[in-house]
Amino acid sequence: MSEHIVTAFTDELEHLSANLLRMGGLAEAMINDSSRAVVTFDLELARQVIKRDEAIDELEAEAEKAIIRLIALRHPMAADLRAVLGAMKLAGDIERIGDLCKNIAKRCLELTGEENRAAVKSIERMSRSVSYQLQKALDAYLRQDVNAAIEVLELDDDIDDHYVSFFRETLTYMMEDPRQIGSNTHLMFMAKNLERIGDHATNIAKAVYYMVTGETATGDHIEARIKKEGSGR
Amino acid sequence: MDGNVEDFTETARSKQAQNMPEMTKVECRNIDVFYGEKQAIFDISLDIPDRAVTAFIGPSGCGKSTFLRCINRMNDTIESARVTGQIFMDGADINDHSIDPVLLRSRVGMVFQKPNPFPKSIYDNIAYGPRIHGLASGKQELDEVVESALRKAGLWEEVKDRLLAPGTGLSGGQQQRLCIARAIAVSPEVILMDEPCSALDPIATARIEELIDELRERYCIVIVTHSMQQAARVSQKTAFFHLGKLVEYGDTERIFTNPEDSRTQDYITGRFG
Ligand SMILES: Nc1ncnc2c1ncn2[C@@H]1O[C@H](COP(=O)(O)OP(=O)(O)OP(=O)(O)O)[C@@H](O)[C@H]1O
Ligand SMILES: [Mg+2]
Repeated sequence: MSEHIVTAFTDELEHLSANLLRMGGLAEAMINDSSRAVVTFDLELARQVIKRDEAIDELEAEAEKAIIRLIALRHPMAADLRAVLGAMKLAGDIERIGDLCKNIAKRCLELTGEENRAAVKSIERMSRSVSYQLQKALDAYLRQDVNAAIEVLELDDDIDDHYVSFFRETLTYMMEDPRQIGSNTHLMFMAKNLERIGDHATNIAKAVYYMVTGETATGDHIEARIKKEGSGR
Repeated sequence: MDGNVEDFTETARSKQAQNMPEMTKVECRNIDVFYGEKQAIFDISLDIPDRAVTAFIGPSGCGKSTFLRCINRMNDTIESARVTGQIFMDGADINDHSIDPVLLRSRVGMVFQKPNPFPKSIYDNIAYGPRIHGLASGKQELDEVVESALRKAGLWEEVKDRLLAPGTGLSGGQQQRLCIARAIAVSPEVILMDEPCSALDPIATARIEELIDELRERYCIVIVTHSMQQAARVSQKTAFFHLGKLVEYGDTERIFTNPEDSRTQDYITGRFG
Protein backbone atom coordinates (compact mmCIF):
# COMPACT_ATOMS: atom_id res chain seq x y z
CA MET A 1 0.00 0.00 0.00
CA SER A 2 1.21 3.51 -0.75
CA GLU A 3 2.23 5.89 1.99
CA HIS A 4 0.03 8.30 3.90
CA ILE A 5 0.01 11.93 2.89
CA VAL A 6 0.89 12.65 6.51
CA THR A 7 4.17 10.72 6.66
CA ALA A 8 4.28 10.74 10.46
CA PHE A 9 1.23 8.45 10.38
CA THR A 10 3.08 5.84 8.30
CA ASP A 11 6.12 6.20 10.56
CA GLU A 12 4.06 5.63 13.69
CA LEU A 13 2.39 2.52 12.28
CA GLU A 14 5.75 1.11 11.20
CA HIS A 15 7.29 1.87 14.55
CA LEU A 16 4.43 0.06 16.27
CA SER A 17 4.79 -3.05 14.17
CA ALA A 18 8.58 -3.08 14.67
CA ASN A 19 7.98 -2.85 18.40
CA LEU A 20 5.59 -5.83 18.30
CA LEU A 21 8.01 -7.91 16.30
CA ARG A 22 10.71 -7.18 18.86
CA MET A 23 8.32 -8.27 21.61
CA GLY A 24 7.48 -11.40 19.64
CA GLY A 25 11.17 -12.20 19.16
CA LEU A 26 11.76 -11.94 22.91
CA ALA A 27 8.79 -14.19 23.63
CA GLU A 28 10.01 -16.78 21.16
CA ALA A 29 13.44 -16.84 22.83
CA MET A 30 11.74 -17.17 26.21
CA ILE A 31 9.88 -20.27 25.03
CA ASN A 32 13.08 -21.86 23.76
CA ASP A 33 15.16 -20.93 26.79
CA SER A 34 12.60 -21.96 29.37
CA SER A 35 12.39 -25.44 27.86
CA ARG A 36 16.18 -25.61 27.55
CA ALA A 37 16.41 -24.73 31.22
CA VAL A 38 14.11 -27.66 31.98
CA VAL A 39 15.90 -30.14 29.74
CA THR A 40 19.44 -29.21 30.91
CA PHE A 41 18.23 -28.43 34.44
CA ASP A 42 19.91 -25.05 34.12
CA LEU A 43 18.56 -22.99 37.02
CA GLU A 44 20.61 -19.94 36.12
CA LEU A 45 18.96 -19.83 32.69
CA ALA A 46 15.55 -20.26 34.33
CA ARG A 47 16.21 -17.21 36.53
CA GLN A 48 17.24 -15.22 33.46
CA VAL A 49 13.99 -16.11 31.71
CA ILE A 50 11.99 -14.94 34.73
CA LYS A 51 13.83 -11.64 34.61
CA ARG A 52 13.23 -11.16 30.88
CA ASP A 53 9.48 -11.04 31.33
CA GLU A 54 9.86 -7.45 32.55
CA ALA A 55 11.23 -6.35 29.20
CA ILE A 56 8.15 -7.73 27.46
CA ASP A 57 5.86 -5.98 29.93
CA GLU A 58 7.62 -2.70 29.26
CA LEU A 59 7.34 -3.12 25.51
CA GLU A 60 3.65 -3.91 25.90
CA ALA A 61 3.06 -0.72 27.89
CA GLU A 62 4.90 1.21 25.19
CA ALA A 63 2.85 -0.41 22.42
CA GLU A 64 -0.35 0.37 24.28
CA LYS A 65 0.59 4.03 24.55
CA ALA A 66 1.39 4.17 20.85
CA ILE A 67 -1.95 2.55 20.01
CA ILE A 68 -3.94 5.01 22.13
CA ARG A 69 -2.05 7.85 20.50
CA LEU A 70 -2.75 6.54 17.01
CA ILE A 71 -6.46 6.19 17.71
CA ALA A 72 -6.78 9.57 19.40
CA LEU A 73 -4.72 11.60 16.97
CA ARG A 74 -4.89 9.81 13.63
CA HIS A 75 -8.39 8.33 13.58
CA PRO A 76 -7.27 5.28 11.62
CA MET A 77 -9.71 3.96 9.02
CA ALA A 78 -10.14 0.77 7.03
CA ALA A 79 -6.86 -1.19 6.71
CA ASP A 80 -5.17 1.21 9.14
CA LEU A 81 -7.93 0.67 11.68
CA ARG A 82 -7.55 -3.07 11.33
CA ALA A 83 -3.77 -2.77 11.69
CA VAL A 84 -4.15 -0.83 14.93
CA LEU A 85 -6.78 -3.15 16.37
CA GLY A 86 -4.69 -6.14 15.36
CA ALA A 87 -1.64 -4.60 17.03
CA MET A 88 -3.61 -4.24 20.23
CA LYS A 89 -4.47 -7.93 20.16
CA LEU A 90 -0.92 -8.96 19.32
CA ALA A 91 0.51 -6.93 22.18
CA GLY A 92 -1.89 -8.62 24.62
CA ASP A 93 -1.21 -12.12 23.35
CA ILE A 94 2.57 -11.72 23.34
CA GLU A 95 2.50 -10.31 26.83
CA ARG A 96 0.56 -13.38 28.00
CA ILE A 97 3.08 -15.66 26.30
CA GLY A 98 5.81 -13.92 28.31
CA ASP A 99 3.88 -14.58 31.53
CA LEU A 100 3.41 -18.24 30.68
CA CYS A 101 7.13 -18.68 29.92
CA LYS A 102 7.97 -17.00 33.18
CA ASN A 103 5.69 -19.50 34.91
CA ILE A 104 7.47 -22.41 33.20
CA ALA A 105 10.82 -21.03 34.35
CA LYS A 106 9.56 -20.62 37.93
CA ARG A 107 8.39 -24.22 37.96
CA CYS A 108 11.79 -25.25 36.63
CA LEU A 109 13.29 -23.92 39.86
CA GLU A 110 11.08 -26.41 41.72
CA LEU A 111 12.31 -29.46 39.81
CA THR A 112 14.71 -31.98 41.29
CA GLY A 113 16.60 -32.86 38.13
CA GLU A 114 15.51 -36.46 38.65
CA GLU A 115 12.38 -36.23 36.52
CA ASN A 116 11.49 -38.92 34.06
CA ARG A 117 13.62 -38.25 30.95
CA ALA A 118 10.90 -39.28 28.54
CA ALA A 119 8.52 -36.75 30.06
CA VAL A 120 11.16 -34.01 29.92
CA LYS A 121 11.82 -34.85 26.28
CA SER A 122 8.11 -34.50 25.59
CA ILE A 123 8.15 -31.01 27.08
CA GLU A 124 11.04 -30.16 24.79
CA ARG A 125 9.19 -31.46 21.73
CA MET A 126 6.04 -29.56 22.60
CA SER A 127 8.02 -26.44 23.27
CA ARG A 128 9.64 -26.74 19.86
CA SER A 129 6.26 -27.04 18.10
CA VAL A 130 4.85 -24.07 20.00
CA SER A 131 7.88 -21.92 19.32
CA TYR A 132 7.66 -22.82 15.64
CA GLN A 133 3.98 -21.91 15.66
CA LEU A 134 4.71 -18.51 17.20
CA GLN A 135 7.56 -17.92 14.78
CA LYS A 136 5.26 -18.63 11.85
CA ALA A 137 2.52 -16.42 13.28
CA LEU A 138 4.94 -13.51 13.68
CA ASP A 139 6.23 -14.14 10.19
CA ALA A 140 2.66 -14.02 8.86
CA TYR A 141 2.27 -10.71 10.68
CA LEU A 142 5.48 -9.28 9.29
CA ARG A 143 4.55 -10.25 5.73
CA GLN A 144 0.79 -9.69 6.22
CA ASP A 145 0.38 -13.10 4.65
CA VAL A 146 -3.08 -14.61 5.08
CA ASN A 147 -2.09 -18.05 3.79
CA ALA A 148 0.73 -18.29 6.31
CA ALA A 149 -1.79 -17.30 9.00
CA ILE A 150 -4.11 -20.13 7.95
CA GLU A 151 -1.21 -22.59 8.18
CA VAL A 152 -0.60 -21.48 11.76
CA LEU A 153 -4.26 -22.12 12.62
CA GLU A 154 -3.90 -25.64 11.30
CA LEU A 155 -0.87 -26.30 13.50
CA ASP A 156 -2.85 -25.79 16.67
CA ASP A 157 -4.61 -29.17 16.52
CA ASP A 158 -1.23 -30.93 16.62
CA ILE A 159 -0.26 -29.08 19.75
CA ASP A 160 -3.55 -29.92 21.43
CA ASP A 161 -2.98 -33.61 20.55
CA HIS A 162 0.53 -33.38 21.96
CA TYR A 163 -0.83 -32.03 25.18
CA VAL A 164 -3.47 -34.74 25.57
CA SER A 165 -0.97 -37.54 24.98
CA PHE A 166 1.57 -35.94 27.30
CA PHE A 167 -1.09 -35.79 30.00
CA ARG A 168 -1.81 -39.50 29.66
CA GLU A 169 1.86 -40.41 29.54
CA THR A 170 2.66 -38.46 32.70
CA LEU A 171 -0.27 -39.95 34.57
CA THR A 172 1.17 -43.38 33.83
CA TYR A 173 4.59 -42.37 35.24
CA MET A 174 2.93 -41.04 38.35
CA MET A 175 1.03 -44.24 38.90
CA GLU A 176 4.15 -46.30 38.39
CA ASP A 177 6.20 -44.26 40.84
CA PRO A 178 4.27 -42.11 43.34
CA ARG A 179 7.49 -40.39 44.48
CA GLN A 180 7.48 -38.62 41.11
CA ILE A 181 4.05 -37.07 41.61
CA GLY A 182 5.39 -33.74 42.88
CA SER A 183 7.82 -32.91 40.09
CA ASN A 184 5.67 -34.50 37.39
CA THR A 185 2.86 -32.20 38.41
CA HIS A 186 5.17 -29.30 37.57
CA LEU A 187 5.85 -30.87 34.18
CA MET A 188 2.14 -31.22 33.61
CA PHE A 189 1.54 -27.54 34.31
CA MET A 190 4.40 -26.68 31.99
CA ALA A 191 2.73 -28.66 29.25
CA LYS A 192 -0.54 -26.88 29.99
CA ASN A 193 1.29 -23.54 29.74
CA LEU A 194 2.78 -24.54 26.42
CA GLU A 195 -0.63 -25.53 25.14
CA ARG A 196 -1.91 -22.09 26.12
CA ILE A 197 1.02 -20.39 24.44
CA GLY A 198 -0.11 -22.27 21.34
CA ASP A 199 -3.57 -20.74 21.77
CA HIS A 200 -2.04 -17.26 21.92
CA ALA A 201 -0.03 -17.95 18.77
CA THR A 202 -3.31 -19.01 17.18
CA ASN A 203 -4.89 -15.72 18.30
CA ILE A 204 -2.06 -13.85 16.65
CA ALA A 205 -2.67 -15.72 13.41
CA LYS A 206 -6.39 -14.90 13.66
CA ALA A 207 -5.55 -11.24 14.18
CA VAL A 208 -3.36 -11.32 11.07
CA TYR A 209 -6.18 -12.96 9.15
CA TYR A 210 -8.52 -10.16 10.20
CA MET A 211 -6.01 -7.41 9.47
CA VAL A 212 -5.42 -8.66 5.95
CA THR A 213 -8.92 -9.74 4.92
CA GLY A 214 -11.24 -7.67 7.10
CA GLU A 215 -13.09 -10.89 7.94
CA THR A 216 -13.15 -12.74 11.23
CA ALA A 217 -11.16 -15.97 11.08
CA THR A 218 -14.01 -18.45 11.43
CA GLY A 219 -14.15 -21.86 9.79
CA ASP A 220 -16.64 -20.73 7.13
CA HIS A 221 -14.65 -17.71 6.03
CA ILE A 222 -11.40 -19.62 5.97
CA GLU A 223 -12.90 -22.46 3.96
CA ALA A 224 -14.43 -20.03 1.48
CA ARG A 225 -11.08 -18.31 1.11
CA ILE A 226 -9.16 -21.54 0.63
CA LYS A 227 -11.69 -22.62 -1.99
CA LYS A 228 -11.41 -19.29 -3.80
CA GLU A 229 -7.61 -19.40 -3.73
CA GLY A 230 -7.66 -22.99 -4.92
CA SER A 231 -9.83 -22.30 -7.94
CA GLY A 232 -7.75 -19.22 -8.73
CA ARG A 233 -4.59 -21.27 -9.06
CA MET B 1 -56.19 -23.01 12.88
CA ASP B 2 -56.64 -19.49 14.24
CA GLY B 3 -53.49 -19.95 16.29
CA ASN B 4 -51.58 -20.87 13.18
CA VAL B 5 -52.59 -17.75 11.36
CA GLU B 6 -51.56 -15.67 14.32
CA ASP B 7 -48.25 -17.45 14.57
CA PHE B 8 -47.66 -16.83 10.96
CA THR B 9 -48.31 -13.09 11.15
CA GLU B 10 -46.24 -12.85 14.34
CA THR B 11 -43.25 -14.40 12.65
CA ALA B 12 -43.73 -12.25 9.61
CA ARG B 13 -43.87 -9.16 11.77
CA SER B 14 -40.79 -9.95 13.81
CA LYS B 15 -38.93 -10.86 10.67
CA GLN B 16 -39.78 -7.50 9.24
CA ALA B 17 -38.64 -5.72 12.37
CA GLN B 18 -35.33 -7.54 12.48
CA ASN B 19 -34.48 -7.42 8.87
CA MET B 20 -36.29 -4.46 7.43
CA PRO B 21 -36.01 -4.56 3.69
CA GLU B 22 -34.42 -1.41 2.46
CA MET B 23 -36.88 0.70 0.51
CA THR B 24 -35.37 2.62 -2.35
CA LYS B 25 -36.49 6.24 -2.41
CA VAL B 26 -34.43 7.65 -5.24
CA GLU B 27 -33.24 5.53 -8.11
CA CYS B 28 -30.55 7.04 -10.34
CA ARG B 29 -29.90 5.40 -13.69
CA ASN B 30 -26.96 6.08 -15.99
CA ILE B 31 -26.51 9.71 -15.07
CA ASP B 32 -24.10 11.79 -17.15
CA VAL B 33 -23.61 15.49 -16.47
CA PHE B 34 -21.82 17.90 -18.79
CA TYR B 35 -20.79 21.49 -18.17
CA GLY B 36 -20.56 22.71 -21.77
CA GLU B 37 -18.17 20.27 -23.45
CA LYS B 38 -16.69 19.03 -20.19
CA GLN B 39 -18.16 15.90 -18.67
CA ALA B 40 -18.36 16.03 -14.86
CA ILE B 41 -20.36 12.85 -14.11
CA PHE B 42 -19.85 9.55 -15.92
CA ASP B 43 -22.64 7.01 -16.11
CA ILE B 44 -23.57 6.82 -12.44
CA SER B 45 -26.35 4.51 -11.28
CA LEU B 46 -27.22 4.47 -7.59
CA ASP B 47 -30.18 3.51 -5.39
CA ILE B 48 -30.69 5.78 -2.40
CA PRO B 49 -32.64 4.17 0.47
CA ASP B 50 -35.55 5.79 2.29
CA ARG B 51 -35.36 6.56 6.01
CA ALA B 52 -31.62 6.37 6.04
CA VAL B 53 -28.64 8.67 5.62
CA THR B 54 -26.46 8.23 2.56
CA ALA B 55 -23.08 9.95 2.53
CA PHE B 56 -21.27 11.09 -0.61
CA ILE B 57 -17.52 11.30 -0.14
CA GLY B 58 -14.60 11.89 -2.47
CA PRO B 59 -11.83 14.33 -3.29
CA SER B 60 -12.62 17.93 -4.17
CA GLY B 61 -13.94 18.32 -7.69
CA CYS B 62 -14.98 14.67 -8.08
CA GLY B 63 -18.61 15.64 -8.73
CA LYS B 64 -20.40 15.13 -5.40
CA SER B 65 -22.24 18.46 -5.50
CA THR B 66 -23.00 18.08 -9.18
CA PHE B 67 -24.52 14.67 -8.62
CA LEU B 68 -26.43 15.85 -5.56
CA ARG B 69 -27.94 18.70 -7.56
CA CYS B 70 -29.35 16.19 -10.07
CA ILE B 71 -31.68 14.90 -7.39
CA ASN B 72 -33.65 18.14 -7.09
CA ARG B 73 -32.91 19.34 -10.61
CA MET B 74 -30.87 22.26 -9.37
CA ASN B 75 -28.57 21.76 -12.35
CA ASP B 76 -31.45 23.04 -14.48
CA THR B 77 -30.66 26.47 -13.08
CA ILE B 78 -27.05 26.31 -14.30
CA GLU B 79 -26.84 27.60 -17.86
CA SER B 80 -24.07 25.34 -19.17
CA ALA B 81 -25.15 22.16 -17.35
CA ARG B 82 -26.73 19.25 -19.23
CA VAL B 83 -27.95 16.11 -17.48
CA THR B 84 -28.77 12.83 -19.18
CA GLY B 85 -30.03 9.57 -17.70
CA GLN B 86 -32.98 9.00 -15.44
CA ILE B 87 -33.84 9.62 -11.81
CA PHE B 88 -36.92 8.06 -10.27
CA MET B 89 -38.43 9.16 -7.00
CA ASP B 90 -40.86 6.56 -5.68
CA GLY B 91 -40.76 5.18 -9.20
CA ALA B 92 -41.70 8.43 -10.98
CA ASP B 93 -39.23 10.04 -13.38
CA ILE B 94 -38.36 13.46 -11.93
CA ASN B 95 -37.22 14.77 -15.29
CA ASP B 96 -40.57 14.01 -16.89
CA HIS B 97 -41.95 17.20 -18.45
CA SER B 98 -45.12 16.84 -16.41
CA ILE B 99 -43.12 17.40 -13.20
CA ASP B 100 -42.91 20.98 -11.97
CA PRO B 101 -39.34 21.60 -10.75
CA VAL B 102 -40.59 24.04 -8.09
CA LEU B 103 -42.90 21.43 -6.68
CA LEU B 104 -40.14 18.85 -6.90
CA ARG B 105 -37.90 21.09 -4.82
CA SER B 106 -40.54 21.24 -2.11
CA ARG B 107 -40.38 17.45 -1.98
CA VAL B 108 -36.61 17.49 -2.07
CA GLY B 109 -35.20 20.06 0.34
CA MET B 110 -31.64 21.26 0.22
CA VAL B 111 -29.23 22.61 2.82
CA PHE B 112 -26.04 24.26 1.65
CA GLN B 113 -22.50 24.52 2.90
CA LYS B 114 -22.86 28.13 3.97
CA PRO B 115 -25.99 28.87 6.00
CA ASN B 116 -28.06 31.15 3.81
CA PRO B 117 -31.05 32.48 5.74
CA PHE B 118 -33.25 35.00 3.92
CA PRO B 119 -32.80 38.57 5.14
CA LYS B 120 -36.05 38.26 7.04
CA SER B 121 -37.18 37.38 10.54
CA ILE B 122 -36.59 33.92 11.98
CA TYR B 123 -40.34 33.34 11.73
CA ASP B 124 -40.58 34.38 8.10
CA ASN B 125 -37.59 32.27 7.13
CA ILE B 126 -39.55 29.20 8.14
CA ALA B 127 -43.00 30.43 7.11
CA TYR B 128 -41.93 31.38 3.60
CA GLY B 129 -42.08 27.89 2.08
CA PRO B 130 -45.35 26.75 3.70
CA ARG B 131 -46.94 30.04 2.61
CA ILE B 132 -46.06 29.77 -1.07
CA HIS B 133 -46.92 26.09 -1.17
CA GLY B 134 -50.19 26.73 0.67
CA LEU B 135 -49.31 24.23 3.39
CA ALA B 136 -51.00 26.20 6.19
CA SER B 137 -54.32 27.96 6.28
CA GLY B 138 -54.45 30.82 8.68
CA LYS B 139 -52.08 32.33 11.18
CA GLN B 140 -52.53 29.72 13.89
CA GLU B 141 -51.72 26.80 11.63
CA LEU B 142 -48.70 28.61 10.28
CA ASP B 143 -47.50 29.26 13.84
CA GLU B 144 -47.76 25.56 14.46
CA VAL B 145 -45.81 24.66 11.34
CA VAL B 146 -43.06 27.12 12.31
CA GLU B 147 -42.83 25.84 15.87
CA SER B 148 -42.80 22.22 14.81
CA ALA B 149 -40.05 22.79 12.23
CA LEU B 150 -37.94 24.73 14.73
CA ARG B 151 -38.44 22.00 17.30
CA LYS B 152 -37.44 19.26 14.87
CA ALA B 153 -34.34 21.25 14.03
CA GLY B 154 -33.54 21.59 17.74
CA LEU B 155 -33.66 25.37 17.61
CA TRP B 156 -36.99 26.18 19.25
CA GLU B 157 -35.75 26.67 22.81
CA GLU B 158 -33.03 29.04 21.63
CA VAL B 159 -35.21 31.31 19.48
CA LYS B 160 -38.78 31.08 20.75
CA ASP B 161 -38.49 34.48 22.46
CA ARG B 162 -37.14 36.28 19.42
CA LEU B 163 -38.99 34.89 16.45
CA LEU B 164 -39.25 38.32 14.89
CA ALA B 165 -35.51 39.03 15.07
CA PRO B 166 -33.63 38.70 11.78
CA GLY B 167 -32.41 35.17 10.94
CA THR B 168 -29.06 36.60 9.90
CA GLY B 169 -28.47 37.68 13.50
CA LEU B 170 -28.11 34.09 14.69
CA SER B 171 -24.78 32.32 15.15
CA GLY B 172 -23.46 30.21 12.27
CA GLY B 173 -24.58 26.95 13.85
CA GLN B 174 -28.00 28.37 14.65
CA GLN B 175 -28.33 29.73 11.13
CA GLN B 176 -27.56 26.27 9.76
CA ARG B 177 -30.23 24.72 11.97
CA LEU B 178 -32.57 27.50 10.83
CA CYS B 179 -31.90 26.47 7.23
CA ILE B 180 -32.59 22.86 8.14
CA ALA B 181 -35.83 23.95 9.84
CA ARG B 182 -36.71 25.88 6.68
CA ALA B 183 -36.11 22.77 4.59
CA ILE B 184 -38.20 20.65 6.94
CA ALA B 185 -41.09 23.15 7.11
CA VAL B 186 -42.37 22.25 3.65
CA SER B 187 -42.59 18.55 4.64
CA PRO B 188 -40.05 17.25 2.15
CA GLU B 189 -39.43 13.57 1.58
CA VAL B 190 -35.79 13.90 0.73
CA ILE B 191 -33.25 16.27 2.28
CA LEU B 192 -30.00 16.98 0.46
CA MET B 193 -27.16 18.48 2.47
CA ASP B 194 -24.01 19.76 0.85
CA GLU B 195 -21.28 19.97 3.50
CA PRO B 196 -23.73 21.31 6.08
CA CYS B 197 -21.19 21.45 8.90
CA SER B 198 -18.11 22.77 7.18
CA ALA B 199 -18.49 26.22 8.74
CA LEU B 200 -19.41 25.02 12.21
CA ASP B 201 -17.52 24.32 15.43
CA PRO B 202 -17.49 20.79 16.92
CA ILE B 203 -20.42 21.41 19.27
CA ALA B 204 -22.64 22.92 16.58
CA THR B 205 -21.53 20.07 14.31
CA ALA B 206 -22.49 17.49 16.93
CA ARG B 207 -25.93 19.14 17.24
CA ILE B 208 -26.49 18.94 13.49
CA GLU B 209 -25.33 15.33 13.45
CA GLU B 210 -27.70 14.49 16.28
CA LEU B 211 -30.44 16.22 14.32
CA ILE B 212 -29.61 14.28 11.16
CA ASP B 213 -29.79 11.08 13.16
CA GLU B 214 -33.29 12.00 14.39
CA LEU B 215 -34.49 13.14 10.98
CA ARG B 216 -33.43 9.84 9.49
CA GLU B 217 -36.52 8.18 10.98
CA ARG B 218 -38.75 10.27 8.73
CA TYR B 219 -36.73 11.29 5.71
CA CYS B 220 -34.39 10.10 3.04
CA ILE B 221 -31.21 12.10 3.67
CA VAL B 222 -28.18 12.54 1.45
CA ILE B 223 -25.16 14.33 2.84
CA VAL B 224 -21.98 15.43 1.12
CA THR B 225 -19.10 15.69 3.54
CA HIS B 226 -15.34 16.00 3.52
CA SER B 227 -15.09 14.60 7.01
CA MET B 228 -14.59 10.84 6.96
CA GLN B 229 -15.47 10.71 10.63
CA GLN B 230 -18.70 12.54 9.97
CA ALA B 231 -19.65 10.21 7.14
CA ALA B 232 -18.86 7.25 9.38
CA ARG B 233 -20.85 8.71 12.26
CA VAL B 234 -24.05 9.78 10.56
CA SER B 235 -24.61 7.60 7.53
CA GLN B 236 -25.76 4.06 6.92
CA LYS B 237 -24.66 4.02 3.28
CA THR B 238 -21.59 5.58 1.77
CA ALA B 239 -20.82 6.32 -1.86
CA PHE B 240 -17.24 7.11 -2.88
CA PHE B 241 -16.82 9.28 -5.97
CA HIS B 242 -13.62 9.80 -7.89
CA LEU B 243 -13.09 11.79 -11.09
CA GLY B 244 -16.81 11.92 -11.84
CA LYS B 245 -17.32 8.17 -11.38
CA LEU B 246 -18.93 6.17 -8.63
CA VAL B 247 -16.11 3.93 -7.43
CA GLU B 248 -17.76 2.14 -4.54
CA TYR B 249 -21.11 2.16 -2.80
CA GLY B 250 -22.16 0.11 0.20
CA ASP B 251 -22.88 -0.11 3.90
CA THR B 252 -20.96 2.59 5.74
CA GLU B 253 -19.60 0.15 8.26
CA ARG B 254 -18.06 -1.97 5.55
CA ILE B 255 -16.71 0.98 3.57
CA PHE B 256 -14.86 2.24 6.64
CA THR B 257 -13.55 -1.08 7.88
CA ASN B 258 -13.05 -3.09 4.74
CA PRO B 259 -13.46 -1.22 1.46
CA GLU B 260 -13.20 -3.27 -1.72
CA ASP B 261 -11.60 -0.81 -4.08
CA SER B 262 -8.03 0.30 -3.52
CA ARG B 263 -8.95 3.88 -4.46
CA THR B 264 -11.54 3.98 -1.68
CA GLN B 265 -8.98 2.51 0.69
CA ASP B 266 -6.39 5.10 -0.26
CA TYR B 267 -8.82 7.98 0.06
CA ILE B 268 -10.31 7.16 3.43
CA THR B 269 -6.96 6.28 4.97
CA GLY B 270 -5.43 9.53 3.75
CA ARG B 271 -3.17 8.10 1.09
CA PHE B 272 -4.34 9.91 -2.02
CA GLY B 273 -1.58 11.48 -4.06
N1 LIG C 1 -21.13 25.64 -12.73
C1 LIG C 1 -20.11 24.93 -13.23
N2 LIG C 1 -19.60 25.21 -14.44
C2 LIG C 1 -18.59 24.50 -14.97
N3 LIG C 1 -17.98 23.49 -14.34
C3 LIG C 1 -18.41 23.17 -13.12
C4 LIG C 1 -19.49 23.87 -12.49
N4 LIG C 1 -19.71 23.32 -11.28
C5 LIG C 1 -18.80 22.33 -11.16
N5 LIG C 1 -18.02 22.23 -12.24
C6 LIG C 1 -16.94 21.25 -12.46
O1 LIG C 1 -17.46 19.94 -12.32
C7 LIG C 1 -16.59 19.11 -11.58
C8 LIG C 1 -17.30 18.58 -10.35
O2 LIG C 1 -17.57 19.66 -9.47
P1 LIG C 1 -18.39 19.52 -8.14
O3 LIG C 1 -18.60 20.87 -7.58
O4 LIG C 1 -19.56 18.67 -8.38
O5 LIG C 1 -17.33 18.73 -7.24
P2 LIG C 1 -17.41 18.36 -5.69
O6 LIG C 1 -17.10 16.91 -5.60
O7 LIG C 1 -18.66 18.85 -5.10
O8 LIG C 1 -16.16 19.18 -5.12
P3 LIG C 1 -16.00 19.88 -3.68
O9 LIG C 1 -15.73 18.76 -2.75
O10 LIG C 1 -14.78 20.73 -3.85
O11 LIG C 1 -17.24 20.63 -3.38
C9 LIG C 1 -15.37 19.97 -11.26
O12 LIG C 1 -14.38 19.68 -12.20
C10 LIG C 1 -15.87 21.37 -11.39
O13 LIG C 1 -14.84 22.24 -11.80
MG1 LIG D 1 -19.15 20.33 -3.61
